[in-house]
Amino acid sequence: MGDLARLARSAAVWQGLAGIALFLALWQVGGALHLPMLRHVPTPLEVLIQLATQVHSRQYWQSWYVSGQRVFLGYVIGVGLGVPLGLAMGMSRTFHSASFPLVEVLRPIPPLAWVPLSILFWPTMEQTIVSIIFLGAFFTVVLNVLGGVEAIDVNYRRAALSMGARPWHLFWKIVLPATSPSIFTGMAVGMGLTWEIVVAAEMIASIQAGLGFMMWQAYVGGNIALIIVSMASIGLAGLLSSGLIWMLGRRLTPWLRRT
Amino acid sequence: MSPGGGALSIRNVGKVYDPDGAGVIALDDISLEIGAGELCVVVGPSGCGKTTLLNCIAGFDTVSAGEISMDGVVLAAPGRKLAPGADRMVVFQAGALFPWKTVLWNITCGPVLSGRLSRSGAEEQARALLARVGLAGIERQYPGELSGGMKRRVEIIRALLNEPRVLLLDEPFRALDALTKIVMHEALLELFDLSHKTIVFITHDLEEAIFLGDRVAVMTTRPGRVKKLITIDLPRPRDYRLLTTARYRELKQEALEAIHEEALKAFVAGERELA
Repeated sequence: MGDLARLARSAAVWQGLAGIALFLALWQVGGALHLPMLRHVPTPLEVLIQLATQVHSRQYWQSWYVSGQRVFLGYVIGVGLGVPLGLAMGMSRTFHSASFPLVEVLRPIPPLAWVPLSILFWPTMEQTIVSIIFLGAFFTVVLNVLGGVEAIDVNYRRAALSMGARPWHLFWKIVLPATSPSIFTGMAVGMGLTWEIVVAAEMIASIQAGLGFMMWQAYVGGNIALIIVSMASIGLAGLLSSGLIWMLGRRLTPWLRRT
Repeated sequence: MSPGGGALSIRNVGKVYDPDGAGVIALDDISLEIGAGELCVVVGPSGCGKTTLLNCIAGFDTVSAGEISMDGVVLAAPGRKLAPGADRMVVFQAGALFPWKTVLWNITCGPVLSGRLSRSGAEEQARALLARVGLAGIERQYPGELSGGMKRRVEIIRALLNEPRVLLLDEPFRALDALTKIVMHEALLELFDLSHKTIVFITHDLEEAIFLGDRVAVMTTRPGRVKKLITIDLPRPRDYRLLTTARYRELKQEALEAIHEEALKAFVAGERELA
């Protein structure tokens, strides 16, 4: 609650909202003036009307739910495996040497490039989509966590050893808290990626629900206002979930707050 | 001899770094006897191996020749070293307070994690020492919220609470401004008079060395050796007024002559490296 109250008091938040309002106003005026680029694009008002009908439809919320569920599953597994792997790579030289080259070869492959192989690999399309969302979150988290561990000042470890710290102390009291800002950065960046991936996957895969699917249906059916509603929904979903991660990160790294 | 012990014996210690087969001699035949409860300052130009010597005492690094022992127990000899421990606490040049923990946790973590003190007992001692150096009331703050001078005092208190036999200070006041430094020196001396731990203090600031030390060891430029050992016969307790006395100036003159030669050599060597 404290976070929300702070947001409401922040001038930056109101300035940001004013920027969005200005954007919508220019778009509305441009539509009214019949600018050539905007000839086939509905005005914000028409989009708003479309949104008003959509919020009453079960199918719209179903799309949110289905996409959200895919993102959540793939993301949670990606973070759940990525954080321990990144920590292990950062702490063990041997494990780093053995795994880093493999990670570096696999990482540049765009998650969507895994689709054809994943279809063969996983029995259902649903699992295929979750698995490529997983890949997107996983590599981002691994690299950020690894970078975080490697950046820990050697003197923290030395100070702890001098004070008689045992190996588990070093992990729980030094490595984990020192790395946590990087963990949350990786998680927030990874979260953004997962929404990109889920939409693209829903558009190319033969699947019957989700925000990406809804947009593709609207495109096929020629409902341009619904395309824009879908786009805005995807943007909002990404914003909300990244915001959640940042808030969680803020809460768990209280020493980074500047008064 | 103080009850805590902490007599350090450094005998003919050498240290060669051999990263790419090209041996770099960091320390060359260093010998220094530091008595229990003595505040010994090691001064030398940058790169003379002061920090290397400290790391060898602390157990972070190995020696290539000679032997370091404390109260008769060998700390380091070629091929073996005693692991770092609470008997030899280090205060680092750049500071190593854990930013993610409060001041109170930072100070009490050593004795609490090792089980030597109860949390409440350690906190009581911590509060008393903080109050002693004028820092009461900052217990719940994070290190990031403190000024440089406050952080250094907190870090020295953290080291003291581990009840070390010897305190190793590696240019702890380097990053502080001149005015803060004077206050810090007095705070350190007050804690020193209180605890009478053996202190090895490393610096390249000559005035700091004379103001603080019982003895000042001037080191040669790389390879590091002890060039001159000066006994500082200024009375304790000391405060800033000492800085203007005749005896202080005499001692400074003596030390300056020794170190100037070395600083010049280090400068010329640096020029050569750059050329």
